[in-house]
Amino acid sequence: MNLYHPHARRQRARSVYLIIGLLMGILTVAFFRLQVLRSDTWELRAESNRIRQLPIPAPRGTIYDRNGQIIADNVPGYAITLLPGPPDSIRATLKQMSQYMEISDARIEDLLAFLRRYGQQPLVVDADASFRVVSALQERRTEFPTVHIEMRPHRRYFGGEAAAHLLGYVGEITSEELASSDFAQNRYEQGMVVGKTGIEKQYESILQGRRGLKYVEVDARGRIIGDFAALRVDPGEGGESLHLNIDMELQEWIHHIFPKSLSGAVIALDPADGGVLALYSNPGYDPNDFVSGISTQVWNDLNNDERKPLFNRAVMGLYPPASTWKLATAGIGLDLGVITPDEEMPVPCTGSYAFGNRSYRCWNPDGHGFNNLAEAIGNSCDVYFYQLGLRVGLDALLRRSTDIGFSRKCGIDLPQESQGIFPAEREFWERQFGYAPREGEVLPLSIGQGPNSQTPLKIAQFYLALARDGSAPSPFLARDLELEDAWALDLAPEHIMSLHEGLRNVTSPGGTAHFGTSLEYWEVRGKSGTAEHGLSQAGLAEPHAWFAGMAGPFGGAPGIVVVVIVEYGESGSGTAAPIMAKTADHYLRRQHGIPVDSVQTYLDHVRIGPVPTWYRERYPTGVGGIR
Amino acid sequence: MRRRLKKWILDPTLVFAVLGVTFFGMAMIYSAGVVYIPNEVTQGAWIRQGMWFLLAIIVFMVVVRIPVRWIEWIAVPSYAFSILLLASTLVVGTGAGTAAGVKSWIRIGSFGFQPSEIAKVATILLLARFLSQRKEPLSSVQDLLFPALLVGFPLALVVLQPDLGTAMAFGGILFAMLYWAGTPVILLLLIASPFLGLILSYDTIIWSGYIVVLVGFLYLSRYRLLLFESVTVVLANLAAGTVSRPLWNRLAPYQQNRILVFLDPEVDPRGAGYQLIQSKVAVGSGGFTGQGFTLGPQKRYDFLPEQHTDFIFSVVGEELGFVGTALGILAFSFILVRLVSMATRTPDPFAGLVLLGIFGAWLTHVFVNIGMTVGVVPITGIPLPFVSYGGTFLLMCWVSLAIAVRVAHER
Repeated sequence: MNLYHPHARRQRARSVYLIIGLLMGILTVAFFRLQVLRSDTWELRAESNRIRQLPIPAPRGTIYDRNGQIIADNVPGYAITLLPGPPDSIRATLKQMSQYMEISDARIEDLLAFLRRYGQQPLVVDADASFRVVSALQERRTEFPTVHIEMRPHRRYFGGEAAAHLLGYVGEITSEELASSDFAQNRYEQGMVVGKTGIEKQYESILQGRRGLKYVEVDARGRIIGDFAALRVDPGEGGESLHLNIDMELQEWIHHIFPKSLSGAVIALDPADGGVLALYSNPGYDPNDFVSGISTQVWNDLNNDERKPLFNRAVMGLYPPASTWKLATAGIGLDLGVITPDEEMPVPCTGSYAFGNRSYRCWNPDGHGFNNLAEAIGNSCDVYFYQLGLRVGLDALLRRSTDIGFSRKCGIDLPQESQGIFPAEREFWERQFGYAPREGEVLPLSIGQGPNSQTPLKIAQFYLALARDGSAPSPFLARDLELEDAWALDLAPEHIMSLHEGLRNVTSPGGTAHFGTSLEYWEVRGKSGTAEHGLSQAGLAEPHAWFAGMAGPFGGAPGIVVVVIVEYGESGSGTAAPIMAKTADHYLRRQHGIPVDSVQTYLDHVRIGPVPTWYRERYPTGVGGIR
Repeated sequence: MRRRLKKWILDPTLVFAVLGVTFFGMAMIYSAGVVYIPNEVTQGAWIRQGMWFLLAIIVFMVVVRIPVRWIEWIAVPSYAFSILLLASTLVVGTGAGTAAGVKSWIRIGSFGFQPSEIAKVATILLLARFLSQRKEPLSSVQDLLFPALLVGFPLALVVLQPDLGTAMAFGGILFAMLYWAGTPVILLLLIASPFLGLILSYDTIIWSGYIVVLVGFLYLSRYRLLLFESVTVVLANLAAGTVSRPLWNRLAPYQQNRILVFLDPEVDPRGAGYQLIQSKVAVGSGGFTGQGFTLGPQKRYDFLPEQHTDFIFSVVGEELGFVGTALGILAFSFILVRLVSMATRTPDPFAGLVLLGIFGAWLTHVFVNIGMTVGVVPITGIPLPFVSYGGTFLLMCWVSLAIAVRVAHER
């Protein structure tokens, strides 16, 4: 048998031809399917393969104050981005870039994680690169073909620390924010800059523009070959501008006069419409530090600071309202008809008041004798208000105070606001302290102590109602916007008059806050408060100092409502009242075209020189007291 | 004229066909260098390929003059030499290009070559010499043991590099030559069965079913096989099924990925699936007539991987369209058919076996290389004969061609 007989060879060859035909047939069919039958799909795929979208960031809306002064705007900045590509080459490029700029290994890992999640989007290596880094990279363009340097508007806050809590700040959107409903609406993408707190967050949807898009052609390594002309560039739209009720000059003045070593807050409202003229909290921070990603060092310092500079005391801080609250007790008493303005309480103030088997002290151990309502407010006589509270009764006081809204938020247009604490009914004591309230609970409540904590903003809204006809809209920061439902006090105008008489007594000669609130042009009506708290009762710290009031031309309607709280400020009339008066003076002078001056109150004057002429003329007989 | 040509190159039909494919390849390598952002690797590659081609022509002219007896004689020393070279690559070998982790190159100064290319030719010659001396067909598993070892030795060394593509070419050589030596198809299927078992063992149920079918088949053909043979085949299959998982785990992640991606390229579109997707995009967007020579955007924008070597046929697909790919496949079919018909015509067993060995190697290269550009076979780094860029590869292809026409000429 010949293994290689021609016949055998031909037979084997036939099978081999069959195999050639089969395999080459498979290949031909595969190419035919891909190139002829489904060519369209692949052509489309090839187009999208080499076209990349580059976002064009839209400038954020400018924020103006009530006088048209710019509070926040944008300056051109440079962002360094990398087009997406294979992780290994991205890593290599970042390593190479780290010769010219600061990129930590942790940052590289973050960026690679981002790349894995959002494969198609450019990587933002530095949202706000310094000019030095930008020019260093530009010089080496051929070395870094995938690096893209884009103009990116950069937020600038003019007021710096003065308006920090009010404006808030912006920062790059986080994955959590992206997932939250606040930022849905398909408008937000990774890498965008959004408002984080304050006005920036509250009005994010207005301030944020629509980012544009341009298309570039890239090669497989993400190197930009050129613009892709077939698709039109979408320039995007800048954010809408926003006008605030804020008076930036006033805001900065408050920042200037507020004692730097003390913590506290100041709120100034426009009695005409409840617009917020100033909203200040101390200590603060510079929002400009946040704009292009705050450094870990600064962030940790802010967070670990015992004085809590990030905390907005004006709307978040809760303090016992103390004597500022006496006006609420008085208003309720008048409204219920349990007292008349001229009526004196049966028990005269001797420095304390006995109820049950306890003695309740007045702040002045010498006592105030017999007082009518206005005198009691002027003297801040606790004994009067103890008796008034007993006349109103615990249930009525709880019900009316709750109706007025002392356990509700004001509804200011800021993302965060604390809710006041005030018992709505007797069960509160059982829930909170585990005992049924005794009738004596009404005594501390009627002088603003006890289970009662309010934000400075809420007290400001209350005094706003007093400065108006008894009703007060929710304080608002933004202008020209629909206002939320107003909050009414429902006091009869003649009762408001009586309360004002009391407030005037506070700042009149002999009143608790006379010297610190006497101004050349304006009459201040207000109420000081000295809030006892846990530490002060234990003798470990000074009480908080309040002053709430209004000011305007003598005999005229109030032009401004101001509330000041100074933590551990010791005395409302001593520490808080001058800040209130100086705030009001600064604003009113400018409103009436009078040049501003840093020497404002009687106290300011006598600290540097003689008793001012206007004071002598106003009180020719003298009032004794200081000097 | 024709006679003189025949005297010089012995088989003008085949040589001119191959010459045409080589020029076509150089044109495509030139095109592969036309990109928007030029790089040193593809830029001017066609000139370097052209110089290697000139060298290849000279070597071809020399080899064509070597008597077949010398070629037969050189089989043993060249086999021994290439085994030595292959073994040394595992120690001193280096990678090249994207396959930097693979030890398949030996470098001497600026000159580098792949010993596996030489080993393929040497193995063909030695196996042809062994098989041609047999007067009886290989009819039992014992008979197959020696040829299998002959090929298995270099194959194992190549797998260790690891270069799976070349290993497959050795498989192609073995099967084509055994078949030509009259080995019963059933026996070939049985020695291929452990590899099938290896692949099927990814699913225990499928594998169990496969083993049942295999045993049933062996039982039915019990009168044609020795008991020893049947037992060996079953044991080999069981062994393959057992080692498959450890073997899989020993594969480098990129090799695992290539196999997974073959099943579904979109599993990992930025990693291992990237090459296949980009290649399919290039080929598919070429359409019927292509984007035009040198004008393919996928290639120009550098989306195609290894566009001048392993994925050169994707450039053909993108720029010349289905017309180009079909003609390319047709040209290779012609060359392959020609090799087989030459083997049919030659009465010399050695010559026929050598031709089939070369046929087996080229068929594997052509099918796997072209097939992987459209996802018909998994991606393995295996070049396209006469077309892909690569100096020693082109040279050894032409040496193979010279041997083929020489052995076919001398009766």
